[in-house]
Amino acid sequence: MSIHTPHPDLPPPVTSVGAIGWLRNNLFSSPLNTAFTLFALYLLYETVPPLIDWAFISANWSGDTREVCDANPSGACWAFVRVRFDQFMYGFYPESEYWRINLAIGLLVALMVPLFIQKFTRKGLLAAFILIAYPIIALQLFAGGNFGLESVETSKWGGLTLTLILSAVGIVASLPLGIVLALGRRSNMPIVKSVSVVFIEFWRGVPLITVLFMASVMLPLFLPEGTHFDKLLRAMIGIALFQSAYMAEVVRGGLQAIPKGQYEAAEALGLSYWKSMGLIILPQALKMVIPGIVNTFIALFKDTTLVLIIGLFDLLAMIQTAFNDTNWLGFSIEGYVFAALIFWVFCFSMSRYSQALERKLHTGHAR
Amino acid sequence: MNKFHVIATSVALAAAFTTSAYAGARFDAIKAKGFVQCGVSTGLPGFSMADDKGSWSGLDVDVCRAAAAAMFGDASKVKYSPLTAKERFTALQSGEIDILSRNTTWTLTRDSSLGLNFAGVNYYDGQGFMVTKKLGVKSALELDGASFCIQAGTTTELNLADYFRANKMSYTPITYDSSDETAKAFDAGRCDALTSDQSQLYALRIKLGNPDGAVVLPEIISKEPLGPVVAQGDDEWFNLVKWSLYAMLNAEELGITSANVDEMKSSKDPNVLRLLGAEGIKGKGLGVADEWAYSIVKQVGNYGEAFERNVGMGSPLKIARGQNALWNKGGIQYAPPIR
Repeated sequence: MSIHTPHPDLPPPVTSVGAIGWLRNNLFSSPLNTAFTLFALYLLYETVPPLIDWAFISANWSGDTREVCDANPSGACWAFVRVRFDQFMYGFYPESEYWRINLAIGLLVALMVPLFIQKFTRKGLLAAFILIAYPIIALQLFAGGNFGLESVETSKWGGLTLTLILSAVGIVASLPLGIVLALGRRSNMPIVKSVSVVFIEFWRGVPLITVLFMASVMLPLFLPEGTHFDKLLRAMIGIALFQSAYMAEVVRGGLQAIPKGQYEAAEALGLSYWKSMGLIILPQALKMVIPGIVNTFIALFKDTTLVLIIGLFDLLAMIQTAFNDTNWLGFSIEGYVFAALIFWVFCFSMSRYSQALERKLHTGHAR
Repeated sequence: MNKFHVIATSVALAAAFTTSAYAGARFDAIKAKGFVQCGVSTGLPGFSMADDKGSWSGLDVDVCRAAAAAMFGDASKVKYSPLTAKERFTALQSGEIDILSRNTTWTLTRDSSLGLNFAGVNYYDGQGFMVTKKLGVKSALELDGASFCIQAGTTTELNLADYFRANKMSYTPITYDSSDETAKAFDAGRCDALTSDQSQLYALRIKLGNPDGAVVLPEIISKEPLGPVVAQGDDEWFNLVKWSLYAMLNAEELGITSANVDEMKSSKDPNVLRLLGAEGIKGKGLGVADEWAYSIVKQVGNYGEAFERNVGMGSPLKIARGQNALWNKGGIQYAPPIR
């Protein structure tokens, strides 16, 4: 008696698995798709090799003068960016004091690292230190004037440093302010509610450029002659107030999405308003609006470039200033590409971090 | 330009309220703080620009350095505030800066309604034309029917329209947002000619693929006298800025340069001796050291030196002296005598 042994499965046809199968399925599944694929390939062929050639292969990396680049005009002139690199990073900050900026940023990174370590238990304490003590330390380092450090006035701060300072201040100040405003807007107390509504609608109703312009141009006219109110501080306050209004609306979106049962449950437990908000509502609401919050942060980071109109030199403004150096006229493309790269790196990291955070906090609906 | 009126009115109002200071207050304050706060542009080739070490140079910057040299005997006692066009007058009015030296055109409106004083002209600019050599045009009057690359929203556009209407010629304007774009378009052959202020044209020319293939035509169709500005209310300080500029012009006229100023001290020419503070009123009238003009020439140079170094043949811009030559050399730069 013979036992029936089924014929082993034949391997799938070569054309439907592996690279070929993927190509057939995704790129050449129909005549129209084939046409699109070929067209896209043609576009890539036309643009990518010349771009790589310009940016890397024929690019001029070395040299301290424009002669190198003039001799080889077909490639990018990264020498221009290299010569100006320190200025792009630190602005007009005195060269001998760069270590202070490096130290402040290094310190921040060192303090932040434990926050990402799972086993580290005193995160709350460390976060409080970063939020309260660190800004004071950083201000001492940046501005100087005490502890034998040379005083560096804010008009000399610039470049990427200034961009980071402005956005850090904006982010750190706007989130708590925004939460308070969002709670205020949903409050039952008429005065708190109307103050919040007026504040939010006023700041959302004006463009940031107007806020900066008012802070820089109109404000000094209302102050007595000779009163100096630091321009950077004015810009920081303007940005923080402006962003907090947007943040408030993002947070309010989260608050509204929390089912009413949660509020009622909190009340039923006998929790006070602040406890129910702090322990039940806000943790859920904020988690839900992480994408919105990060969106606002990224917009804020890019909006800091507007401070050029009040004569503060952020990264982009510093680069644009370099275009006007008569020794380096005509290398604006390289400068803009460099600026785009830096901004992309920062915005992309923020976006990736927020996605990681979302995954980590995604506990609510998982059973 | 409604916005401009609102700003101008508020500036003027503020000026009316705040200029109650007695004459000399600013002068004394500057002396006490030990440096001149100088408002410059955020970057204009040849006029005010920061190098890779962050130090400022340019023709406008030299005016501030000259004032500092006269005041303190040290041209380096200047701090710079880069300003945009919009905030420049407020900065001066609110006392944030002591001098505004930021390629600012001297006009009646500005001089009379903003509470400002123009302290002279350090560069006579004017709108000009740049064409490609291939076009073979020698004068702007041959440009009938040509297309022009222009920066949008500037007085350049209006001046061009006036000029062509006055000469009964036609033209096609092609406008762009930034001056960089106009240069790129001109380079790509989108227009026959590029029009802008002449000092700007020379800077744009360097950005072209082949700078030698373009020429700047001799015609100037508008008056743009650029000069340093101070706030009203302190005539002593106004005088010092004004005469710092005049000292540079007089030094050039008398042939005194930063190189030979020490030898010139033993000159027999009474004009030279008066300028260098050995005779005459010396520093008394201005309330500064007798050697004030000597310090300017020694540390900043005379006007011709500053011009050549920043925008002239000694710089990549290579602007000819033209109108900015001295009055006895075919230009219109003329300074009252120091005596």
